[in-house]
Amino acid sequence: MSGYSVTEPSSTQKWVAGVLVIGYALITLMPLLWILATGFKSSADSIAYPPKVTFQPTLEGYVNLFTTQTRQTPEYLDAHPPQTWYEEIVHDKGMVIAGPSRFGERFMNSVIIGFGSTFLSVFLGTLAAYAFSRYRIPLKDDLLFFILSTRMMPPIAVAIPIFLMFRNLGLSDTHTGMILLYTAVNLSLSVWLLKGFIDEIPREYEEAALIDGYTRFQAFTKVVLPQAATGIAATAIFCLIFAWNEYAFAVLLTSGTAQTAPPFIPTIIGNGGQDWPAVAAGATLFLLPVMVFTILLRKHLLRGITFGAVRK
Amino acid sequence: MAEIVLKNVRKDFGDFTAVQASSFKVEDGEFFMLLGPSGCGKTTTLRMIAGLELPTSGEIYIGGEEVGQKPASQRDIAFVFQMFALYPHMNVRKNISYPLVSQGMPKAQVNEKVAEAARILGIEKLLDRPVGGLSGGDRQRVALGRAIVRDPKCFLMDEPLGALDAEFREHMAEELRALHDRMGATTIYVTHDQLEAMQMGDKIVVMNHGVVEQFGTPQDIYDKPATMFVADFIGSPSMNFLKFHGKLDAAATSVELHHQKLPVPALREPFEGDMVYGVRPEHITLSDKAKYRGEIVATEYLGTTQIVTLQTHNGDVKARVASDQKAQVGETIGLAFNGKTVTLFDNQTGRALRSVLNEGVLSHG
Ligand SMILES: Nc1ncnc2c1ncn2[C@@H]1O[C@H](COP(=O)(O)OP(=O)(O)O)[C@@H](O)[C@H]1O
Ligand SMILES: [Mg+2]
Repeated sequence: MSGYSVTEPSSTQKWVAGVLVIGYALITLMPLLWILATGFKSSADSIAYPPKVTFQPTLEGYVNLFTTQTRQTPEYLDAHPPQTWYEEIVHDKGMVIAGPSRFGERFMNSVIIGFGSTFLSVFLGTLAAYAFSRYRIPLKDDLLFFILSTRMMPPIAVAIPIFLMFRNLGLSDTHTGMILLYTAVNLSLSVWLLKGFIDEIPREYEEAALIDGYTRFQAFTKVVLPQAATGIAATAIFCLIFAWNEYAFAVLLTSGTAQTAPPFIPTIIGNGGQDWPAVAAGATLFLLPVMVFTILLRKHLLRGITFGAVRK
Repeated sequence: MAEIVLKNVRKDFGDFTAVQASSFKVEDGEFFMLLGPSGCGKTTTLRMIAGLELPTSGEIYIGGEEVGQKPASQRDIAFVFQMFALYPHMNVRKNISYPLVSQGMPKAQVNEKVAEAARILGIEKLLDRPVGGLSGGDRQRVALGRAIVRDPKCFLMDEPLGALDAEFREHMAEELRALHDRMGATTIYVTHDQLEAMQMGDKIVVMNHGVVEQFGTPQDIYDKPATMFVADFIGSPSMNFLKFHGKLDAAATSVELHHQKLPVPALREPFEGDMVYGVRPEHITLSDKAKYRGEIVATEYLGTTQIVTLQTHNGDVKARVASDQKAQVGETIGLAFNGKTVTLFDNQTGRALRSVLNEGVLSHG
């Protein structure tokens, strides 16, 4: 391009910006790449000094993550040759697999609680936001403020009342309890975000649908929802990220059946020495669902994250 | 198709009355204009007919059936929104077929009807396009397609040309009127543009501050305004108002303004007090012989005619005269009024006094 343009950045500016962005991305991605790599290292490689950048990859960390193992006598080991690749990995260390570890279970708990509460927050949030956006509701502003006010102190500040309440209601260490808790925390965010998005959708579309012979509910599902998809996707990601990463309540309220991955992963460290590859493997797997979910909704998110500011 | 009748329809939004005691009748197949300045309650009235707002009181009949409190989805009417309100997540074909799908019509028949509507509007080529990239005129046609595709009882249009460029508006107005003439569908059309209303409408209802000021044919409304508001709102330049004070008996044929007798159509009611002598610019001629005098303060050349502004004892007056007539600013000249066309108003209430000219019109206004 020749000529000077006010709005179009020059090629030098683009170049500098590109370098900065790539540099920043490398710095922030570094720890993630390190976790990913550590998951495939042997125990020895993982604590080698100076740190190893190239190494012989092994699935030992992942096998350790998913199994519990016991040491056996050489005679026993010789009498029971390994049947599978993972048994072989364990066998080589002079151990045998005693059974599956708790990780799979805890991970599923995270999935159930994370996605369950996300679904519930977005579902209830959408209905509430639509009502707040479209209907004349007595004390509307006060109600909206009240909903927002539930987020004004850090949720953990009410940890003790919630702990006692859950114990009395029999909700401690249950999926239902955790889903309800995360939904309650996320709901204010979801109502406010979604109300913004729904406010942006002109009422004429619904009115056109009413006139075209549809009921109010059909107009909502067929006309409003598709247009709020962007906002719903963005809201869902925010809700999932919170529920997925939440640590403090999870430690406090879950210990067994409903324990999620965040409080579980650190306990891997304690199981027979510091097994960094297993911890890294757990962290890697833990990162995946939110990443996949975000990438799936990326198209919506990029438009939605501007909170309607640039919708045409 | 159906006739539409409004009886004493009123709409309050909290303490604010948007529409008060509106009554008018739209005949079957009529192209009916709802005209008035911005904020006068046109949209509210139309939305009540559509069922998008429920009237606070009064009755609305569509095709003889009282529908005032029925939801929009049960009224079988079509509405063209000012910004068209095409469903952005559907392509043109889906937009047009959407009202048919709600009726559970079989697919083959839907396709047939959509194709026919598209042919009538000349948008066959656009059917598979998303609505996002369409031009204003094409959006308008798609919106009309969605309206005509299912043979509704009537069409309601809220300033349908308001979102178009001025240049394109005229073209679209003709297209709309032609479409109406072909389909013969009862249409209520909202506009704040008096020219558009005069050009397109079979009948016009003029509203102001939520009140129906007059309803009738464009000619009647132009020639026989029922109120000063209507006289002022319609026509460009608008009607001249010469203020005077006097006492008239029931059959008076002239009034006295500044010691000059001016002609009026024979009155049908006596009146005493402050009055207004209302005369259209084209019903004034300028001649030296006329006794009522005024001083020319401005002229505006319009091609075949010119608008001459004169200062008189009873206020400023605009006259529309042939452009070859000499009119020098500063000159004093006589004004002759075509008495048969004059309307007298009660200056207090703005109401037209009954005369031979307007008595037939005022009785149902
Ligand atoms: N939903 C509403 N709530 C309160 N006031 C309204 C509402 N809709 C319209 N109004 C008021 O009613 C009056 C008439 O509005 P409208 O019918 O839209 O006028 P028009 O279409 O003639 O410009 C306006 O003063 C407007 O502010
Ligand atoms: Mg309006």
